[in-house]
Amino acid sequence: MARFVIRRLLQSAVVLLGVTVVVFLLLQLVPGDPVRVALGTRFDPQTYEALRARAGLDQPLVVQYVNYLGRALTGDLGVSFRSGRPVTTIVLERLPATLSLAVTAVLFAVLIAFPLGIVSAIRSGSLIDHAARVFSQVGVSVPDFWMGIMGILLFAGVLGWLPPSGYVALTEDPAGWASHVALPAATVGLVTASILTRFIRSSMLEVLSEDYVRTAEAKGLRTRVVVLRHVLRNALIPVVTVVAVQLASLLGGVIVIEVLFAWPGIGRLTYDAVQARDYPVLQGAVLLVAALFLLVNLLVDILYARLDPRITVK
Amino acid sequence: MSEHSERTSEGQLRRALSALRHDPLALTGSVVLALLVVVGVAGSWLAPSGINEVDVDRMLQPPSWSHPFGTDELGRDVLSRVMVAARVSLQVGLVSVGIALAVGVTLGLFAGYYRGWLDNVLMRCMDVLFAFPVLLLAVAIVAVLGPGLLTATVAIGVVYTPIFARVTRAGVLSVREQVFVRAAVSIGASDLRIMRRHVLPNIAAPLIVQTSLSLAFAILSEAALSFLGLGVQPPAPAWGRMLYDGRGFVTEAWWLGFFPGAAIFLTVLAFNLVGDALRDVLDPRQLTVSEARRSAT
Repeated sequence: MARFVIRRLLQSAVVLLGVTVVVFLLLQLVPGDPVRVALGTRFDPQTYEALRARAGLDQPLVVQYVNYLGRALTGDLGVSFRSGRPVTTIVLERLPATLSLAVTAVLFAVLIAFPLGIVSAIRSGSLIDHAARVFSQVGVSVPDFWMGIMGILLFAGVLGWLPPSGYVALTEDPAGWASHVALPAATVGLVTASILTRFIRSSMLEVLSEDYVRTAEAKGLRTRVVVLRHVLRNALIPVVTVVAVQLASLLGGVIVIEVLFAWPGIGRLTYDAVQARDYPVLQGAVLLVAALFLLVNLLVDILYARLDPRITVK
Repeated sequence: MSEHSERTSEGQLRRALSALRHDPLALTGSVVLALLVVVGVAGSWLAPSGINEVDVDRMLQPPSWSHPFGTDELGRDVLSRVMVAARVSLQVGLVSVGIALAVGVTLGLFAGYYRGWLDNVLMRCMDVLFAFPVLLLAVAIVAVLGPGLLTATVAIGVVYTPIFARVTRAGVLSVREQVFVRAAVSIGASDLRIMRRHVLPNIAAPLIVQTSLSLAFAILSEAALSFLGLGVQPPAPAWGRMLYDGRGFVTEAWWLGFFPGAAIFLTVLAFNLVGDALRDVLDPRQLTVSEARRSAT
């Protein structure tokens, strides 16, 4: 197990290094001078020179990367071309909003997907199984932002139950936060639920066909006992990892939903940085999300190996 | 040996076509896609009105016989714009997946066939690209290259390359150990010939499945980029952009948000139905749509 963890840690470190190269090169891909492009009509020579020097753009490429990496390792991701504030501060300020949306969406998804996936597998071929499969297929095909717009139309426009957009911090006003997070979380959560439902169903079906399940049934155990004691415990091992990976994906993959619902998270920050051509903020947001994504994947792999020791052998 | 490869490819093709004919859902998906191709190719001629015909006297009119999908905030016919936008989605989807397929398959072939340091380097590069959520990386690439149809296509192509490289490599690793490949090596066939004539035809099944599923995700990604203003630029119509423009009028003109979104949904659903049917026949062990989307989000 220790060898497996060390190997995965080293692999993740190598990939993270590659991620910093990609993120660093993003700025180099900007046609022309990125600082001049970012300043646009607000150009003045003093600001221009200061930002170029601060970003280290007046040095050779390799030196720029080494400096970038060194600063990134100490938590310094540069300063915003627009506000002059440290990128790390700006990005971390937005993290709680994204985290609260992603966690709520995954909870919503789990509440739907677990009962639906389990019942669908146990009653395979029944009406509820067909309904679950339709839900799954529709869920992976529907654009979440379209579902969000339809949600706004129904729950904010027609029924008037929920605000169409906006954000209230959970720590300031929990009730206000709940009413604002409901629509975006349900939108993202339904898509995630459709993915999880199919995973849970197929994982359950696989375990249900195992010999030890037939043995348990042959012993005369009640269905509930067989499902709870023998099937669920084994079927949910891979599902745990899928839930975690979904959470990791949502941390960086809800740009469109955050833009649609004016949710001030990392996705909205990325969008605003793109619009303002604030490249250091764009780089910082992308790097943070990729690092989080890698970290969650690493933890998931270790957790999976802990739950299923065959993984370390493989 | 090449006969073996040709027989394999022909057999797979026959099975694929048979699956599409006999599975009602896949058949429905195929019909929808065929209609979409017709609309995509001939949308400009079939559209009842010009896509940029502004008429302030008929702004935000609800669906009617003269405008079945209603009109937008500039009085333009929504049906005509939805029809013409089909071409954009199909074009971006096909070209970007074509890029991902060409680059990914080439990298996967070389990595799996030669193994060793080349495999390590190429696959670690793919791991790096996999470390980014798909849409985030696409947004970042378009942001630095500048918004537009071409950059959106390239960006989507880049982010879907790793999945093709992985699928190809996995296939090559098992095929390269087969007797017919070893026989080809023993008679002195060149590596390129072996890869082209013997390996590639035998890994076609998972690639066909992956292509059809990736088309669905590529169209979703294009719609998302257009929604963010990073895809096709106005006044050219794109489904995602139409949704973005329509969101400000969602409570007073529901049709602006409904019809472009429904078009995206039907297109993606059709590709997914066809992809799932192909997977069931050609490569049952491969990921389902849901599982594939997990790696695509």
